[in-house]
Amino acid sequence: MEQRGWGLPRLLGLLALLAVQVPRSSASSYMGLWPLPLSVEMSPRLLRLSPENFHIGHDSSSTAGPSCTILQEAFRRYYDYIFGFYKWHRGPAKSHAAPELEQLLVSVVLDSQCNAFPNVSSDESYSLLVKGPVAILKANRVWGVLRGLETFSQLIYQDSYGTFTINESNIVDSPRFPHRGILIDTARHYLPVKTILKTLDAMAFNKFNVLHWHIVDDQSFPYQSITFPQLSNKGSYSLSHVYTPNDVRIVIEYARLRGIRVIPEFDTPGHAQSWGKGQKDLLTPCYHGHTQSGTFGPINPILNTTYSFLSKFFNEISTVFPDHFIHLGGDEVEFQCWESNPDIQKFMQQKGFGTDFKKLEVFYIQKLFNIISTVNKGSIVWQEVFDNNVKLQPGVVVQVWKYGDYAKEQSRVTAEGFPVLLSAPWYLDYISYGQDWVKYYNVEPLDFDGLGQVLLVRDSGVVKMSEAHRMPTRD
Amino acid sequence: MAGSALWFFLLLAAALAGRATALWPWPQYIQTSDLRYPIFPHNFQFQYHVSSAAQPGCSVLDEAFQRYRDLLFGSDFWHRPDPAEKQHTLEINSLVIHVATPGCDQLPSLESAENYTLTINDEQNFLFSETVWGALRGLETFSQLVWRSPEGTDVMAYSKFNVFHWHMVDDPSFPYESFTFPELTRKGSYNPATHIYTAQDVKEVIEYARLRGIRVLVEFDTPGHTQSWGPGAPGLLTPCYSGSQPSGTFGPVNPILNSTYEFMSTFFLEVSSVFPDFYLHLGGDEVDFSCWKSNPDIQDFMKKKGFGNDFKKLESFYIQTLLDIVSAYGKGYVVWQEVFDNKVKVRPDTIIQVWREEAPVSYMKELELVTNASFRALLSAPWYLNHITYGPDWEKVYMVEPLAFDGTPEQKALVIGGEACMWGEYVDSTNLVPRLWPRAGAVAERLWSSKLVTNLDFASKRLADFRCELLRRGIQAQPLNVGYCEQEFEET
Repeated sequence: MEQRGWGLPRLLGLLALLAVQVPRSSASSYMGLWPLPLSVEMSPRLLRLSPENFHIGHDSSSTAGPSCTILQEAFRRYYDYIFGFYKWHRGPAKSHAAPELEQLLVSVVLDSQCNAFPNVSSDESYSLLVKGPVAILKANRVWGVLRGLETFSQLIYQDSYGTFTINESNIVDSPRFPHRGILIDTARHYLPVKTILKTLDAMAFNKFNVLHWHIVDDQSFPYQSITFPQLSNKGSYSLSHVYTPNDVRIVIEYARLRGIRVIPEFDTPGHAQSWGKGQKDLLTPCYHGHTQSGTFGPINPILNTTYSFLSKFFNEISTVFPDHFIHLGGDEVEFQCWESNPDIQKFMQQKGFGTDFKKLEVFYIQKLFNIISTVNKGSIVWQEVFDNNVKLQPGVVVQVWKYGDYAKEQSRVTAEGFPVLLSAPWYLDYISYGQDWVKYYNVEPLDFDGLGQVLLVRDSGVVKMSEAHRMPTRD
Repeated sequence: MAGSALWFFLLLAAALAGRATALWPWPQYIQTSDLRYPIFPHNFQFQYHVSSAAQPGCSVLDEAFQRYRDLLFGSDFWHRPDPAEKQHTLEINSLVIHVATPGCDQLPSLESAENYTLTINDEQNFLFSETVWGALRGLETFSQLVWRSPEGTDVMAYSKFNVFHWHMVDDPSFPYESFTFPELTRKGSYNPATHIYTAQDVKEVIEYARLRGIRVLVEFDTPGHTQSWGPGAPGLLTPCYSGSQPSGTFGPVNPILNSTYEFMSTFFLEVSSVFPDFYLHLGGDEVDFSCWKSNPDIQDFMKKKGFGNDFKKLESFYIQTLLDIVSAYGKGYVVWQEVFDNKVKVRPDTIIQVWREEAPVSYMKELELVTNASFRALLSAPWYLNHITYGPDWEKVYMVEPLAFDGTPEQKALVIGGEACMWGEYVDSTNLVPRLWPRAGAVAERLWSSKLVTNLDFASKRLADFRCELLRRGIQAQPLNVGYCEQEFEET
């Protein structure tokens, strides 16, 4: 209605731009491919598929077979995505001129990892050769098969007669970045399990492979802990706004079947108000002069009870969540409450921290890191932990979220040798009017200064997550 | 009155301190105690008073009784009140409705009285209203006063909105199925088999709305915003020129041809018969003059008419002819503010819709100008809900005071209301409901409740509760802030 500056001309310009990039081939067959694979060769030769005839199966040479649940489930799912929601046309099967694609054979080359959980170094590469009568999907591991099935399903369309059609094509694909995640926040608003599962479905369609589950925060604690049941009893919005151990198991397995890792975030020492409801003496009591004000601040870093609690708690977390990494948070710690507390003041003196509360934060986080190492997990933290000079072990992942000068932050973090996860320009909750997806799309994660900082270390689980100024093959 | 209003506010707040009532919009006058009456579903009924002008057979109310029964008692269990609270032994087993004037089979209009009085006490449970439309408003309020346990597109009625302004066609598509000009739909819709509103669809919408006391105000926007009319009506749009040659593109409706006005005459005869409300919205916004300027025939016409280079005069010429056509069909009309800004000569009973926030003047100033010229005004400018931003933008929406301009009381009386707009560039059935609700609720209260009801804290708690109630009624209303509802929205 209002100023149409955004509308038609802009959109046409955008389409023109896209048209230039896309190689000339059957226009409809390029549509719907998202994300664009690394290399796509498409021929104009068409094949048709018949829902009654077509099936997806294991190649005889594959290291995976019918006992591989993750693939069996995927075959069924993708058959449904391809044929299930379309209008069925009951025509004679062979009346069409085009040759038929009868089968998609799936071949896993290396040890399939069928019963494993995906991790940051999981091989998601695949190649897809679509030719009649049998198409071949080859991948090193099941993870590549999942990605390839998604691509395959995106290649199929119905022509104007309703015939399922696919172009002969050859696709070789692998991801540019190994960690591609979505963060959901179930503390500010409880998300029913069904909503989380639907999100996982959509993630798989987009080849996302990490669900970063920011599960608790100040406002509520919906995670039902077996060791400390009072945390959710007292900290959740209500007794029905809770994730039971079964709920969590369902989410993790649903994700695994889609090649998606579930990384939980239990954010401390700030963002932890809700923990205090069910765990007495965990949070710092704030003071008004010499008397307690009745309010509470971040987790109390000076008590032994804090660390014995955290130890037991994260021991449970390490058994409930199979991913190697746990996100420990560490963002936005407010110091006023610590400052106000006389016991903490005394502790600061004893430790020689002076009035630098960053040192107290460092003290806390380091002890937390030790706990995490003891349970043999890796850590991911928000950038403050790095910014405040916490001694990070090699391999700790730093998540860059502050928008101002984030490229500089990326340089700083990678210069010290730590892997980086970029989130700053991708806060999708910051809605605005119009086609904001364009600005998200235009972000180039490696657009920061870091010549000579190529870190390709693949041992003991330490992996490069950002390459500095090496020309990736895809540009 | 201001003093007592405040007192009642406090009284009610105290009564509601323990439990929140999702009372939205806030009634003009409400007096309540902390006495509570139980309602047993199997015992309760809505009843017509013996001397009511509306009696069984009044479809608007019969249907409403069914609807509100479902809303109230649809869920299986009945919430048990806290035994510590004062409880009355008297139960409510009926609500008696008395409508003063008949009119059950009619349509609501701009002039319809929607006032009602709802009295619940030991002696009576009584809803009195002038018209059936007022009874509907009262039933909604009644339903919001009843708490019940945790179980529609009726959401406009939940907020007491009473006009559905249907911006039916525009540049990108023409989904309206015209029986006089079927080619318009066939060539202009996104898909003539699936993306159309048939005559039957339109009838159903109008009746569905009527049963909820909602008027359907349809808009066929011309002469701009008409690209989609072109394919089905060759010769209707102005051919643009590139120098001395037609460029192949088209501009607004061609105002110089007789065929244009014959077309509009026939088209609006159909529209007038299909849409029963007295008013039609004729658009008239954002007319781009460049195509007219480029066309040599139009240049000739401008010379002949002595319009010089002032294309506003040509626009004026078109609109005036159109308004004459529409008036001849016994319809009134609403137009966007450009028609007024461009000094088109319109009839005194025209309603001007103010939509531009800053230009040519601030919208408050525009209201002042429009009412100063004795036209009635509708306010939309600060209520473009399609303009989403991060955070609790409902507060800005809520704090708009439509009468905060310099003017006499007579002028202020010319502001007949306003509209929350949800333009469709980035909106379809996937996101219409969450994007519209509960934010539109802020507009609903501003247009229904007293001008004194502006406390954001009071509104915030109530609107959050109302949002949970919307969820419970099946409306996928998005959250206003951090928090939760007893019954969250679940994916199916």
